[in-house]
Amino acid sequence: MSDMTTETSGTETPGITAKAEQSGLAKRWELLIVVAITLIFLFLVPAFISGFRLGLLGRFLSLAIVALGIDLIWGFTGLLSLGHGIFFALGGYAIAMNLQLNTLPEGAIPDFFSLYGVSQLPWFWQPCYSSGFSPVAIFLIPSIIAGLLGYLVFRNRIRGVYFSILTQAALVVFFNFFNGQQKLINGTNGLKTNTTELFGMSVGGNVMQFYFYCATVVFLALAYLLCRWLTSGRFGRMLIAIRDDENRVRFSGYDPTAFKVLVFAVSGGIAGIAGALYTVQSGIVSPQYMSIAFSIEMVIWVAVGGRASLVGAIVGALVVNWGKTLLSEQYPDIWLFFQGALFLIVVTVLPDGIIGWFRYRAKDDLRSLFGKPPVVATYPRLEVDETVRQEADLYGKTQPVDPTTSTAPIKSGENS
Amino acid sequence: MNTLITTLFNGVSIGTVLLIVALGLAIVFGLMGVINLAHGELMMLGAYTTYVVQNGFKTYLGTESQGLYIWAAIPLSFVVAALVGLALERGVIRFLYGRPLETLLATWGVSLILRQFVRSVSWGMVGGLLAFCGLFFGGKWLLGKSARIPSYRQNLVTTGLFLLSGAIAWFVGSNINNDPQLARPWFSARNVDVTAPGWLQGSIRVTAGIQFPASRLFIIVLTLLCLLGVYLFLQKSAWGLRIRSVTQNRDMSACLGIPTAQVDAVTFALGSGLAGVAGFAVTLLGSVGPNLGVNYIVDAFMVVVVGGVGNLLGSVIAALGIGIVTYLLGSGTMVRLLGGADGGAVVSFFDFFATTSMAKVMVFALIILFLQVRPAGLFPPKGRSAEV
Repeated sequence: MSDMTTETSGTETPGITAKAEQSGLAKRWELLIVVAITLIFLFLVPAFISGFRLGLLGRFLSLAIVALGIDLIWGFTGLLSLGHGIFFALGGYAIAMNLQLNTLPEGAIPDFFSLYGVSQLPWFWQPCYSSGFSPVAIFLIPSIIAGLLGYLVFRNRIRGVYFSILTQAALVVFFNFFNGQQKLINGTNGLKTNTTELFGMSVGGNVMQFYFYCATVVFLALAYLLCRWLTSGRFGRMLIAIRDDENRVRFSGYDPTAFKVLVFAVSGGIAGIAGALYTVQSGIVSPQYMSIAFSIEMVIWVAVGGRASLVGAIVGALVVNWGKTLLSEQYPDIWLFFQGALFLIVVTVLPDGIIGWFRYRAKDDLRSLFGKPPVVATYPRLEVDETVRQEADLYGKTQPVDPTTSTAPIKSGENS
Repeated sequence: MNTLITTLFNGVSIGTVLLIVALGLAIVFGLMGVINLAHGELMMLGAYTTYVVQNGFKTYLGTESQGLYIWAAIPLSFVVAALVGLALERGVIRFLYGRPLETLLATWGVSLILRQFVRSVSWGMVGGLLAFCGLFFGGKWLLGKSARIPSYRQNLVTTGLFLLSGAIAWFVGSNINNDPQLARPWFSARNVDVTAPGWLQGSIRVTAGIQFPASRLFIIVLTLLCLLGVYLFLQKSAWGLRIRSVTQNRDMSACLGIPTAQVDAVTFALGSGLAGVAGFAVTLLGSVGPNLGVNYIVDAFMVVVVGGVGNLLGSVIAALGIGIVTYLLGSGTMVRLLGGADGGAVVSFFDFFATTSMAKVMVFALIILFLQVRPAGLFPPKGRSAEV
């Protein structure tokens, strides 16, 4: 964000070096802020809130990682995916399978298999024995699936709402598959992780949970920096161009398909990591992570925080989930009303989300709430306008025309 | 031979249920380009209307004429869903035309609200809602008529009015809720059952060994009637002509004097009403619950996407095709046709998909493959404006 502002406000500074220096400085400041916030979350926050709340916060932070991935494809590239639950759950399953196998003695298979009369470990469980496979699998498998799905869809220039519907259909496919296959992955019961062990410690224990919280904070910071890096450079401008006018990108000689597939795969990988972190902190992964409602909820976090703003995605995920916890503790039966109203409000009244509202509209809205008119912006007076003065010099007219008679000030303060 | 007929009948029967659900969606999505995720909840409202009508008949007319309720339930479920759809269009969707992704999110919000509304609706809630609507909209109307408020003060006034009428409505609602009789939810979160009339409960014997359940036959007939009605409405009536012309070219229609806003409202109400009828139809198949709609909505969208947007014939073919394939896979007919449970890799492959949920997996995978060949569906929209 700070990049954009430096670029637009930096037009007056003569020379490219000064501009680059300024943007480099802004980048360094931003990095510093990210590191500082990360350190606060790592060292200060655990000292102040209780273990239960810290566990909740850890889970919400891992949901914020998914929100970053969704912001990357929706906010910047304009692809509304309603199927991110697939990648989230795949990451969760990848780590749960590994944990389950590593806890068992050599050659044994998880308990639930015996319920369905399976004695041989299914083939796709085999690689999970290796502890080097899982850390790669939690982002690689979701990325590959996302890339494949994206390739099949984008290749045919299926976009907009059709893309959303197809991702939702894919979600239903995966949900039904995981839900129906008792013999392969314990079906609707899911896989538990809180009874397993990692490095000789119980995954559900307090020590391990604290480590997971720290890991979540670090991964969130890394995911933020990755998304920031992707969206700030030329690649990011390409994504925004695809969002704003894909046909024009195509006419300019670029192939949007490759960019879209790549960014969708990255987003899927981020969701996979988030799913793994969420799974180990909540103690179970089940097909419910692939329910239609959960995937749409992910989108609303981004919408509440503010599309095309990475900070907004994180803020939105945290705010909505804290709100959900507080409200559903107090009034369990009316939470859905609030959630539904949230969708409506965000779409109709707050299209730019919280962050976008602060950035663009907060001042005028607060003024109008107190019955004051919005600040009206006009063009600068003609005698101080840079271009007019240059033209006047060029055409040998020393005195510009009197502004009051020639042009009326144009209001641009009204929201369109 | 018997297998063929049973397969065809069951496939067509699954297909017509899909079709009657997708019909309203084909109109709303196909003709207007609006993604209505609340379509399933409009269906659910239709189903609950049927339940209420049935209970009304039972209470006021006695059990002997109870079977007649369906003749009242079909039009009423249409009307209720159409009215809710009309309110939805006027209240939310008309502000979001041209922003399909936002429409999608907003209608999902509406669907969440409707689901919870059905769970917790009680007299107190209805009283509070009525009080709020009366005060808020009445107040806005009065203020708009009598006082001249500058545009920049509108927000202030609206917020004040909102808070004031909200507080009064809350007071009214909680006062009504003090009476435990009135505070009881009408339906609660549990599923309710609609008993089909006696003549729909049996089955009709065609030949020895083949029986068609009467309720399934009734749904097939109902779907055909709805299809015919929609066709006649779109092709022969004045409003149908307007709807078609707005679909083809909105700007030109507006220039020629067609009231496009009204056309939008009518189209949306028609689609919603058909969802209500679909809701009636599914009460014949199983129990009615707040989450009824979610089970159908994705399938219905698939029908429209496969059929080609804006094409009713495509939707019909797609629904029947999907229905037959689903039945072939899901019931294990494919396995039997290929020669029993132990017939090699192909059979064990189909055996793997021989449950309802796994058949869905297979069908959706096939749909994604199909869209590789025909990205715009069976009958893609023609012309330069076609945008896949």
